[in-house]
Amino acid sequence: MKAARIAAVAGIAVAGLVLAGCSGNSGGGGGGGNGGSGPASQNLTGVGPITYVQGKDNSNVVRPLLDKWNAAHPNEKVTFKEQSDQADQQHDDLVQNFQAKNANYDVVDVDVVWTAEFAAKGWLQPLTGKMAIDTSKLLKPTVATATYNKTLYAAPQTSDGGLLYYRSDLVKTPPTSWDEMMADCSIAKKAGIGCYAGQFAKYEGLTVNTAEAVNTAGGTVVGADGKTPTVNSPEAKKGLQRLVTAFKDGNIPAEAITYQEEQGRTAFEAGKLLFLRNWPYVYNLAKTDGSSKVKNTFKIAPLPGDGNGKPGASSLGGHNAAISVYSKHKKTAHDFLEFLQTEETQKFFVTQGSLSPVLASLYDDAALNAKFGYLSTLKTSIENAVPRPVSPFYPAVTSAIQDNAYAALKGSKSVDQALKDMNDAIAAAGSGS
Amino acid sequence: MSTETLTTTKGKPPSPRAGQAKNRRSETRWAIYLIAPSIVLLGIIIGYPIISAIVMSFQKDSGLDASTGMFVQGGFAGFSNYAHWLLQQCTAPTGAVTCPPGNLGSQFWNATFITFFFAFVTVILETVFGLWMAIIMNRTFKGRGLVRAAILVPWAIPTAVTAKLWYFIFSVDGIANSLFNTNILWTSGEWSSRWAIIIADTWKTTPFMALLILAGLQLIPEDVYEAAKMDGTTTMQRFWRITMPLVKPALMVAVLFRILDALRIYDLPAILTGGGGGTGNATTTLSILVVDQIRQGPNSASALSTITFLIIFIVAFIFVRFLGANVVRTQESQQKGKI
Amino acid sequence: MSAIAGPATANAEKRAVTTRAASRSGARRRRGWQTTRTGISALVIVVWCLAPFYWMLVTSLRDVGYTFDTTPWPTHVTLDNYITALSTNLGNHLGQALLNSLFIGACTTLIALLVGTFAAYALARLDFKLKGIILGVILGASMFPGVALLTPLFQLFTNWGWIGTYQALILPDISFVLPLTVYTLTSFFREMPWDLEEAARIDGCTQAQAFRRIILPLAAPAVFTTAILAFISSWNEYLIASQLTTTATQTVTVAIAGFTGSQPHQEPYTAIMAAGTVVTVPLVILVLIFQRRIVAGLTAGGVKG
Repeated sequence: MKAARIAAVAGIAVAGLVLAGCSGNSGGGGGGGNGGSGPASQNLTGVGPITYVQGKDNSNVVRPLLDKWNAAHPNEKVTFKEQSDQADQQHDDLVQNFQAKNANYDVVDVDVVWTAEFAAKGWLQPLTGKMAIDTSKLLKPTVATATYNKTLYAAPQTSDGGLLYYRSDLVKTPPTSWDEMMADCSIAKKAGIGCYAGQFAKYEGLTVNTAEAVNTAGGTVVGADGKTPTVNSPEAKKGLQRLVTAFKDGNIPAEAITYQEEQGRTAFEAGKLLFLRNWPYVYNLAKTDGSSKVKNTFKIAPLPGDGNGKPGASSLGGHNAAISVYSKHKKTAHDFLEFLQTEETQKFFVTQGSLSPVLASLYDDAALNAKFGYLSTLKTSIENAVPRPVSPFYPAVTSAIQDNAYAALKGSKSVDQALKDMNDAIAAAGSGS
Repeated sequence: MSTETLTTTKGKPPSPRAGQAKNRRSETRWAIYLIAPSIVLLGIIIGYPIISAIVMSFQKDSGLDASTGMFVQGGFAGFSNYAHWLLQQCTAPTGAVTCPPGNLGSQFWNATFITFFFAFVTVILETVFGLWMAIIMNRTFKGRGLVRAAILVPWAIPTAVTAKLWYFIFSVDGIANSLFNTNILWTSGEWSSRWAIIIADTWKTTPFMALLILAGLQLIPEDVYEAAKMDGTTTMQRFWRITMPLVKPALMVAVLFRILDALRIYDLPAILTGGGGGTGNATTTLSILVVDQIRQGPNSASALSTITFLIIFIVAFIFVRFLGANVVRTQESQQKGKI
Repeated sequence: MSAIAGPATANAEKRAVTTRAASRSGARRRRGWQTTRTGISALVIVVWCLAPFYWMLVTSLRDVGYTFDTTPWPTHVTLDNYITALSTNLGNHLGQALLNSLFIGACTTLIALLVGTFAAYALARLDFKLKGIILGVILGASMFPGVALLTPLFQLFTNWGWIGTYQALILPDISFVLPLTVYTLTSFFREMPWDLEEAARIDGCTQAQAFRRIILPLAAPAVFTTAILAFISSWNEYLIASQLTTTATQTVTVAIAGFTGSQPHQEPYTAIMAAGTVVTVPLVILVLIFQRRIVAGLTAGGVKG
């Protein structure tokens, strides 16, 4: 019987073995693409049609842009390959295609947190020499998200920063520090509503919020090399402790542990929250949604800081556009990156997609500010932002942060223990497994 | 299973016919032709990935080259990827350590427990409900068409939509809490998140059970029941003495495949609770762990896939061997009269 | 009486006619109580199965600005969500995706049933060695975590230039349902009265003819159930489809997952629910129609043969 079982598995084995020989194992590293040889040095002057890969085009921004480009460049047409709207799936799709060395993924839209990983795998074309682009007019923190190992690997395309939404009918002047905000919680208590919420469900948003708390308090998560953990520090403890304490004394309502962006927005629009940390997209929705009870009674401010006069350190959202090393038409790809960064394109991102531009000057544009009231506050937020850990091991780093921060917020682990475990788990990620 | 084949072959009464050997040879040839398409297909689509996973599981995941900051191939790993999961061994700058919380390796046994818990509870619930639904559907009554249509609905809704639907129903301000006037954090309480998944899964997959069992019930000739009724048996007696034995082959196939599927559950917990749930890992199943690990290191993930495969293999073996989900046995006994 | 019960009835008819008439009067009173109980059970089943679907329907009819309204009946009724779901302006191609899913599902079902029937016939009917091992191998294919199949398949199909083709989805879909198909059909074929087949062969049918005319019709409910299972399994498949399709071959699951709100982070529940309704209702109707037509047809053939 047992022998038959083993033979059963062997049967599958034989059938599969024939194929196993066909394509080798390409799960591992891509091999350095940094040197003088390899795909990174090829096709630099290639001109011709390319494909642009991006997640779901929420508000029809990409197609009109491509139409415009294609009209001006009939021989270098850009085709749009649209991925799903799930970040994880976009990531996996890119990985699959890079591993398969797909030459048809010429320009890819990369979430800021994946840039280091893809760069270290040797999949992204370094933007140096002929490929260089001008980053002097861009907001500095956005450039940092596209830089790995002192080399620029992608062109910042859009950004995103956290804002503090507050009920202007209940709070006259917005808090500038965490302690001030906590003091204002008595107002919420009197009004019978929750005080503060961010994104605390166990997903990427928790990493964003945890990193903000740590960075605002003066701590850091990972060192400059992208692998040495630095999160077991008194500053980081101060930051995480703030969130834990707020949960404990009810200043953050218990259900906020389930909140992603949308649940927080819904609660705020229903008038159930005094303060909300969220992205700029909430601004126009809260003003226009039929069910919004706070249409005219909320305002925005930069995230509360540490009490030293500086605003809080937001984590950065947004995307970078990168060129695949396997692209055959890198000159066209490079020109397309520059096209994405022109003032006109960047402006279109704002007006058509309510996306946050990376071009600094647009935040002071009077006409845009009139229509998108959050822009000047957002500029403060992004200027003071700290990118989430720029690490080639980002997936492991973020899961180390999420797991332990979540345990601390739920009270099942002390803050000290959580930070120690976080530190150890990041260290383990950086050394192989 | 094969022992049965052997014993019955041996125990078969000597055939009076002389052409038995020849007959058997020709039947074997036919069997090869008939079965080959299935085996070839499964070999390509399932067999090949399994082989390549086993090969990869003995390779180290790529690590960073300190001087260039680029990833380099990890080399031969021996059993270290397996030890990482089974023994929670991690490498740290200081050498081998026990995997710290937050590293996926530390979640292996927890995930195994969760997976078995889900499989156990959902399969039992689905079997009981499925049997009940099938029996009802097998009766003749007005509106049976409606019941059949209704039963198809949960199953016809794509799983991805089902998960979103339940996520929506179970949100804090959702209809579930509003209807029952509760304030349960369905997606983040330790047990509430588990029950949310069990409820959603039971809703979604009971029809699968019900349909398979129904097909089995329909093969039971009605006169068997009529005769038993004439003998004055009670409903319960008829259920245990007629329905159960006759529907058992269909039921066992249904349960077997539900177990295999339940042990690989991914979509529902991934979407409903983000794979987290209470305590952060209350609903992390083995498949979710595999997906998370693929993003962090595919070779180590291959080891985990292989381990999962072996675990499910053992469960299926036990089920087939000891609980009598043996498809061959009944067949052999039936075929005795043949040839 | 629904057609699906046909074969069992037909089979039973010969012997049952006499006994049934005798038992009928005696059991009438008990049957009255049983009918009530059946009715209650049926009601509970219908409510349990349809309640979440009802909520999906209500949400799909609600104005997007009132997504999280919890009034249990339709309020702020609008058809906008259906328009959003079906329009192609935003790059959603639900209509095309529906056709793709139908095509892929039909191919998967037909091929899986054909190939599965071959294998099941051999396993149930022919005498040969290694039967246990073959069943083990087939079952083993259902034991590997599906999520881990993706990367190797992606590489394989890239090498073959299959990305964005229908066969890149059909082949895996068949493989996923084949083990269940073979097991179900094997176990049902074995329950068949084979003496009928023998009789047909004595009457001059070949083995294949006898199988097609006698056994297959008798197993119709099982074959049909297996077909539904195979079809819906393919209909539900998401993981493989999400990475091996292009816009042209996109399936409904992928299309719905691609739905987004007008803003990033915004989850367009109302549109997703509308799309969910759009893909569910036709499927249920389709299955019900097929149930009557196909099974009725097969059964008729069986009785005649």
